Amino acid sequence: MSQNIDTRDSQWRADLRAEIAPKERTAIPRAKMPMLAPEERIHSNDEVNCGLTAEMAHTEATRCLDCPDPQCVTGCPVGIDIPGFIKNIQRGHILEADTVLRRTSALPAVCGRVCPQERQCESRCIYNKMKKEPVAIGWLERFAADSARLDPARPKPEAAAPLGIRVAVIGSGPAGLSFAGDMARRGFAVTVFEALHQVGGVLKYGIPEFRLPNSVVDAELDTLRAMGVEFHTDVVVGKTLSYDDLVADGFKGIFVASGAGLPRFMGIPGENLINILSSNEYLTRVNLMHGGTEGYATPVPRGARVAVIGGGNTAMDSVRTALRMGAEKAFLVYRRSEAEMPARLEEVAHAKEEGVEFMTLANPVEYLGDERGHVRAMRVQRMELGEPDASGRRSPVPIEGAIDEIPVDVVIVSVGVQPNPLIPNSFKGLDISRRGTIEVNDDLRSSLVNLYAGGDIVRGGATVILAMGDGRHAAASMAAALQK
Amino acid sequence: MNKIVAKRHFSERVVCLEVEAPLIARSRRPGHFVIVIVDDHGERIPLTIADSDTDRGTITLVVQAVGDSSAKICALNEGDYLRDVVGPLGQATHIEKVGTVVCCGGGVGVAPLLPIIRAFKEAGNRVVSVLAARTRDLIILEEQVAKYSDEVIIMTDDGSYGQKGLITAGVEQVIQREPVAQVVTIGPAIMMKFVALLTKKYNVPTIASLNTIMVDGTGMCGACRVTVDGKTKFVCVDGPEFDAHKVDFDEMMMRLRAYN
Repeated sequence: MSQNIDTRDSQWRADLRAEIAPKERTAIPRAKMPMLAPEERIHSNDEVNCGLTAEMAHTEATRCLDCPDPQCVTGCPVGIDIPGFIKNIQRGHILEADTVLRRTSALPAVCGRVCPQERQCESRCIYNKMKKEPVAIGWLERFAADSARLDPARPKPEAAAPLGIRVAVIGSGPAGLSFAGDMARRGFAVTVFEALHQVGGVLKYGIPEFRLPNSVVDAELDTLRAMGVEFHTDVVVGKTLSYDDLVADGFKGIFVASGAGLPRFMGIPGENLINILSSNEYLTRVNLMHGGTEGYATPVPRGARVAVIGGGNTAMDSVRTALRMGAEKAFLVYRRSEAEMPARLEEVAHAKEEGVEFMTLANPVEYLGDERGHVRAMRVQRMELGEPDASGRRSPVPIEGAIDEIPVDVVIVSVGVQPNPLIPNSFKGLDISRRGTIEVNDDLRSSLVNLYAGGDIVRGGATVILAMGDGRHAAASMAAALQK
Repeated sequence: MNKIVAKRHFSERVVCLEVEAPLIARSRRPGHFVIVIVDDHGERIPLTIADSDTDRGTITLVVQAVGDSSAKICALNEGDYLRDVVGPLGQATHIEKVGTVVCCGGGVGVAPLLPIIRAFKEAGNRVVSVLAARTRDLIILEEQVAKYSDEVIIMTDDGSYGQKGLITAGVEQVIQREPVAQVVTIGPAIMMKFVALLTKKYNVPTIASLNTIMVDGTGMCGACRVTVDGKTKFVCVDGPEFDAHKVDFDEMMMRLRAYN
C-alpha cells in the first residue's frame, strides 16, 4: 500500500496539521452521537446509536491533533493506526480510512460499537490531560467502517497469493474471525467450524441487535468470505469431528476460539426455580433464536418485574432486552457500587435513559417460588463497601440483618461464565488449567504443537477486542511456524 | 440441511425418521443425542439417537409429537429436510461387563435405550429389557430390543399386551429373582423417578438418561440444569446420564413445565 495513506510524515498529513492551530482544534467540542429517543427505542430492537453524519465525523476528526507519539495506539489491543485512519476521515478519504482499520482489525464496524473505548484508546488521548473530552475514536471507527461498507467503490480486501496451506478455526466469534481474516490475508486456506447454526459466536447470540445489528456482523462475514474463508455451521469440533479428523483432513494448524461456555450461577437456594435463567440463555433465546418475534417457535420468559444480577456488559444487554420484551420494571442488582461496574459507560448511560433501575450494594441470597415452581420473590442482602481487595477495589461486605424481600417475575443471572468444556474434554494431550482454560505460551501455542488458542477459552471471560487481539497474535505465530 | 431418507409411523404420534447426517453417524456412540431445528423459524430441541448406519451415512431418530416443534418434525415426509441437525452431543454411555443389566424404557424412551441394550449385550452382559407403555400400540421397537436382549418383559397399564402393571413391577420381578448389577432407565421423568426409588430400595446401581429443555446443547446456556447429589449439573455436557439415585426428579419435572 502506498505511503500516502498512513505515514505521519506524508505531505498531506503535515498539511492537515498546519491547516488549523492546535488551540482551535482543542476548542471544538466532542461530537454528540445521534440516537433514538429512549421512549421510542424501548419499543423496538433498532440500534440505539445512529452513527455520526459525514459532517460530524469530519469535525470530530479535525479535533485529533495527530500527535507525534500517539498514546491512543498503545491503548488499543490490536494496535490500530488511530491517527492514520482519523486523518483520512478528516481529508475525506473514507475508503482509505477503512483500509487502515482493516490492516489490524477484521471487524472495525463491530469494534467501533462494542469496544470499551473509555478504558482503551480514548483513555490515553491527549485531550484527557487537558481536562477535555477525548477524541471519539470509537465513533469515528464505526463511521469509517459503516461508510466504506455502503460504498460500492470499496476495494476488494487485500490478500496474498494462495499458499496452499489449510488451517482450521474452531469457533466463529471475534477471536476466530480475527484469526481467519489475518490468515486469509496471508494466503492461507481458512476453514471455520461453528457449533451453532449461525456464524458469529457472541456477536450473534450474545450482543443484542440494538447495540450491534446482525446486518453489520453479516457484512463483515461477507468480507471474510470474499477473501476465501469457508464457514461450516452445525459442526461441534470434539464431537462431530475429532482432533484426528482435522489432522487427517489436511489441516496443518488449528486455532481454538471456542469461547465462553458454562454460565456461572451463584449456588443459592431456589436458583433452579422456573424463570431464573442465565444471561447466555436469555440473550440466545432472543438474539439467536428470535424468541419473542412473531412467527418464531422459541419461547422467552416474560414478566412485569425482571431482575438482572450483575454489572457487566452482558448484564446491561440483558436488562435492556428485558425492557424491550415488555417488562414494566427492569432492574440491575449489583453487589458493589456503580463506580465499580465493569460495563461500558455508554451502556450504563443508555440503560439509565431507558428507565433501568440500579440496585447497587445488593446481593441476592435466596429465591422464593410459588406453588408451580415459578420464582415470585428474591431475598436481597444489602452490602457496604469495606477494605480494598486484591484488585484494589473496595470489596462489598454484608450489612448484618439488612435483608429485603423483593417481588420478581423473571431473574437473569449474569455473573460470568466458565470456559467451554467441549474442546478441553475431548483433545488428548492438551494442557488445561485448573480453571478449565487452555494453557498457551507467549505465542498462544498450546501443548499440542500445531494447536493455538485464544479468546475466552484462554482468558476465561474477556472482551471482544481482547479476543480479536488474540486472534491476530495467534495468526502471526502460526503463520511464522507454518512458513518456516 | 439434512434429508429424511425414510419415515415410518410407530403409532399415531410417534414416528421413526432415518436422516442423512454422515459425520454424526460416524462419531455417535450409545447415549449421545442431537439438537434439531426443523425450519427457519424453529427452536432447537434435543432428540436422542436410536441407531445409525455409517454405510448409508444416516442416523435414526424416534420422535413423539408433544409440542409444536416435534409435531412439525413428525409431519415431515421422506425427501423433506430438517434445517439443522447438530451432534453427537453429551457423554456416551459407560459400557462394561458387569453381569446382569436391566434396561427399562417407557414410551419413546425405548428408542435411545436400544443402542445401550445392544452395547451392553455386545460387552458380554446378560441383558433383561423391560418395555412399558400405556397400551399395546405404544410399545415400540420390541423386535429390535429382543434381538439384543436375553429376555424381554412387556408391561402395559391396561394389560392389553404383556403383563398388566407399571414398569417398576417388571423391574422388581427381575431384581427379586436374580442378582442385578446395573439398571438403566430412560423414559418420562416420573417413570424414572419411581424406577430410581425402587432400585434404591434394593441398592442396585441405576443410570437415568435425562431429557430436559435445552437451547444450544453445547454447555452454553444452562437451560438444562438439574440437581444431582445437591449440585447443579448441565445435562447437555455433564449428562445426559446420571446416577438415578442422586437426581432430584421433582425439580426436574418442575423445570420441564417451564413453558407449559
